[in-house]
Amino acid sequence: MMNSSGGPAIRVEELVVRRGGATVLPGLDLVVERGSVTGLLGPSGCGKTTLLRSVVGVQRTAAGRVTVLGHPAGAAALRDRVGYVTQAPSVYGDLTVGENLDYFAAVLGAPPGDPARVTSLVGLDAHRRTPAARLSGGQRARVSLAAALLGHPELLVLDEPTVGLDPVLRQELWQLFRELAGAGTTLLVSSHVMDEATRCDRLVLMREGRLLAHDTPAALLAATGAPDVENAFLTLVRTEPEAAR
Amino acid sequence: MNAATRRTLATAARVLAQLRHDPRTVAMLLFVPCLLLVLLRYMYDAQPATFDRIGPELLGVFPLLVMFLVTSVAMLRERTGGTLERLLTMPLGKLDLLLGYALAFGAVALLQAALASALTLGVLGLDVAGPTWALFAVAVADGLLGMALGLLVSAFAATEFQAVQFLPAVLLPQLLLCGLFVPREDMATALRLLSDVLPLSYAVDAMGRITAEGGVSGRVLADLAVVAGSALLALALGAATLRRRTD
Repeated sequence: MMNSSGGPAIRVEELVVRRGGATVLPGLDLVVERGSVTGLLGPSGCGKTTLLRSVVGVQRTAAGRVTVLGHPAGAAALRDRVGYVTQAPSVYGDLTVGENLDYFAAVLGAPPGDPARVTSLVGLDAHRRTPAARLSGGQRARVSLAAALLGHPELLVLDEPTVGLDPVLRQELWQLFRELAGAGTTLLVSSHVMDEATRCDRLVLMREGRLLAHDTPAALLAATGAPDVENAFLTLVRTEPEAAR
Repeated sequence: MNAATRRTLATAARVLAQLRHDPRTVAMLLFVPCLLLVLLRYMYDAQPATFDRIGPELLGVFPLLVMFLVTSVAMLRERTGGTLERLLTMPLGKLDLLLGYALAFGAVALLQAALASALTLGVLGLDVAGPTWALFAVAVADGLLGMALGLLVSAFAATEFQAVQFLPAVLLPQLLLCGLFVPREDMATALRLLSDVLPLSYAVDAMGRITAEGGVSGRVLADLAVVAGSALLALALGAATLRRRTD
């Protein structure tokens, strides 16, 4: 089922996005290789969500090109190959976990056993009959994630999937992400929690719509001489103005 | 079954499942129009002829009002809750979604119209010259029109407060100008011309003709076609407001 045609999972070229008169992304380039976990890190409001929305093809863009799995972002051919999890859980609060997943599975044309499979992947087996509105925030976020896992998408775009989760659950979800990547899925995961960075193959550090760095965690630490990613980010911010101007 | 049909039916089933989890809304959908018709019957207790005239017309108006409210809020929730964005990143056609809604709420409109017609004709003793099925058909078409208008205006509302305000803004003028209060030919020319392009006028005209005439005339069918056509137009415009790419 994996697409054998080569090329990266995501190629972003000179992407410009303006929203309400402000330029959110002033011309961004990024390549994400297949089968990797890429962490998109940066402070709140730096353009992470806008970049992810552009990759999924729901963001109106002003210029530039976004190619996903060999197709223009948002192309009809991608709609059952890309899973997207928005920051706020997008599920029906009045439906049970099972009803939510059954519906999304029907829309995707996923096989009959798929809702049960993804429910146990995110650890919600005990809540299949619970209306989503009655779940905790973290549980609801996992329903939203489960919906994105339906139909084995080749690319998963996850916007802050671990926000508000306790450390044990975060650990489990990152383990799941690693397993998915091991099976060939490409993951692009945003976070503003810098300590999640070490679990990624590659890191993209963003600030004010620009890329500060795109490298492996180890190379990033080596290049900046910082003890951790948070300090590496701060070092890059301090040296960036000279580089950008 | 092809993929588009599967997605449309799944959407309709999902909307009905949401309703099933909300029995209070279902009860209001089905029984509020009935209750209002009972109220009307005893308001005109001393003037049965007036009830015979207004009853059928309101039988057409109530489904419109109720379906408009329910669908505009339901669709707005879909937009603001993020589920619409999720669906539009999936292989779901805009038409699949809208037809799914139309099927689910159309079924509710059918049930509502059946209950209200049975009540007014059976229990309340409404006297209608034309056939019952025609009365019923117009009531269902009105419910569908209300649903389609509700789907459309939800695009222009940012909150549920705004969505609810569209009822007085979009439907009340139609209600005032449809001939229910004053015959349309007695209105100021500008208003009469305006009433000629508002779909509710045709719905009320059709009900009036069915009440007065024995059979179903070509005029009734033409009125019915206008109402159904308006519903389809509103659905098509609603589809145009569903954008996969947004700011």
